[in-house]
Amino acid sequence: MNILEQLLTEAMQIALTALAAPLFVGWVRMLKCWSQGRRAPGILQPYRNLLKLFSKDILLAENASWVFRATPYVVFGTILMAGSVIPVISSELPLSASADIIALVALFGIARFFTALAGMDVGTSFGGMGSSREMMIASLAEPAVLMTAFTVSLFSHSTSLSVIVKYVQGLSFFLSPSMAFVFFAFILIMLAETGRVPVDNPVTHLELTMIHEGMILEYSGRHLALMEWAGMMKLFVFSSLGIALFSPWGIASDVAGVPFALLLVALKLTAIGVIVVLIETGMAKMRIFRVPEFLGTAFLLATLGMLSHFMLE
Amino acid sequence: MTHGISIQLNNFLAAFILLTSFALLAQRRIYGLLVIFAWQGFFLSLSSAIVAYTADIRHLYVSAALTLLLKVIVLPYILYALINKLNIFREVEPLVNIPTTMLIGVALVIFSYHLTAPVRELSTLFTRTTLAVALSTVLLGFLMMITRKKAVTQVIGFLAMENGLFFAATSATYGMPLVVELGVALDILIAALIFGIFIFQIRTTFDTLDLTEMEKLKEDS
Repeated sequence: MNILEQLLTEAMQIALTALAAPLFVGWVRMLKCWSQGRRAPGILQPYRNLLKLFSKDILLAENASWVFRATPYVVFGTILMAGSVIPVISSELPLSASADIIALVALFGIARFFTALAGMDVGTSFGGMGSSREMMIASLAEPAVLMTAFTVSLFSHSTSLSVIVKYVQGLSFFLSPSMAFVFFAFILIMLAETGRVPVDNPVTHLELTMIHEGMILEYSGRHLALMEWAGMMKLFVFSSLGIALFSPWGIASDVAGVPFALLLVALKLTAIGVIVVLIETGMAKMRIFRVPEFLGTAFLLATLGMLSHFMLE
Repeated sequence: MTHGISIQLNNFLAAFILLTSFALLAQRRIYGLLVIFAWQGFFLSLSSAIVAYTADIRHLYVSAALTLLLKVIVLPYILYALINKLNIFREVEPLVNIPTTMLIGVALVIFSYHLTAPVRELSTLFTRTTLAVALSTVLLGFLMMITRKKAVTQVIGFLAMENGLFFAATSATYGMPLVVELGVALDILIAALIFGIFIFQIRTTFDTLDLTEMEKLKEDS
């Protein structure tokens, strides 16, 4: 693959992450509406929301510091960076070599760190509350994420996502208990990290239980648009991470295979949306003090996955 | 190739048995416990059927069928009836909090992995890798008996332990002889019935199923 083709694939990957994320979120919201017997807004509604927010003025609090103003760009940038290293349409992703799965976790960490800082920056009580909750969840979710990452990289003897994808693609009959455990752990982590229902509710504003919405409550205009967009991309990035780790079939290895890979990714994302909504509809939001148990379960599953890799394989 | 697939399937089921053991430790509701226990029995019976098919051992089919009948249908039903009769709907009360129990459980799994290492080296059976899981299932059932206050949950812990023993027999030696297997099955059935009566008696005598109450049986000194 020459340099031009590499650049082309990378550009497509970045464009996919940035542009398809609102579409994916629109699909999830649409399904959610249907599952609750409501009429859904069009699948393009997230784009319209973003456009509206981009065209509005920014209203800054008087005591907002540079942290508050810089955070939307930092968060958007890190999540986009995370999306650009996950080989979801082609396993020959040039940027994939620059960040492995552990660096990916660190990227999410940076985004979260800045979001939490921005939540506290203006000094409203909701922001501080959201930040402290977010940090509690993060401190519990990160060990589980890392354990999952380690277990997956134990298989392919590499932490690089490209190598993992190629390794899993090369297996003929693949029924591995540790992968199953890690898969379930990953679903739990994904729900927690992207702020979906059992942990956080993405649709509530001004509720005492909010976490992510609490932190970005003071944002408006362009800043809010970037934060929301980053949130959508985070869901998309986690879904594509799931695709890359657990169902990498069809991910192309050259430019010619990319259109077919795109089609498969679209199908897989459609299915992931259905799964996410089924989980969300079937569960009630947890009390915040139950969240440690929820994430403890994720950690336990990931640990069991690692153990059964040694024990059973 | 079929051999390779059955090894993978068996390992997969072993992993699920391990998972259900942990789920038993994590579950707070008694009905939930019963459902998980039934699932564990189901995976167990499926695993023995696979071993029977792969190693071509007839009597293991009988064991698998017995497991399916007893541990998936009869025992959960008896316990269900018992729970309904006793009106126990409250949550399970663990002595040690659940995350700690889980961590102890992980330690037990590592312990049993090391304990079974010599057996794994010597054995030539294709099920040898699942022995560690079997031993951890026994230990986790044991842990459940230790960390729960209520008699019914302790009984479920005991039955989970027996599941582990059965699984250990299958993975270490392709199952016990049929006579022994039948004897054990009958034992378990009788045990469950006796437990039922016993628990009922505890309830009528002490007005509770909390076994810490039984410490009051001591004479005052």
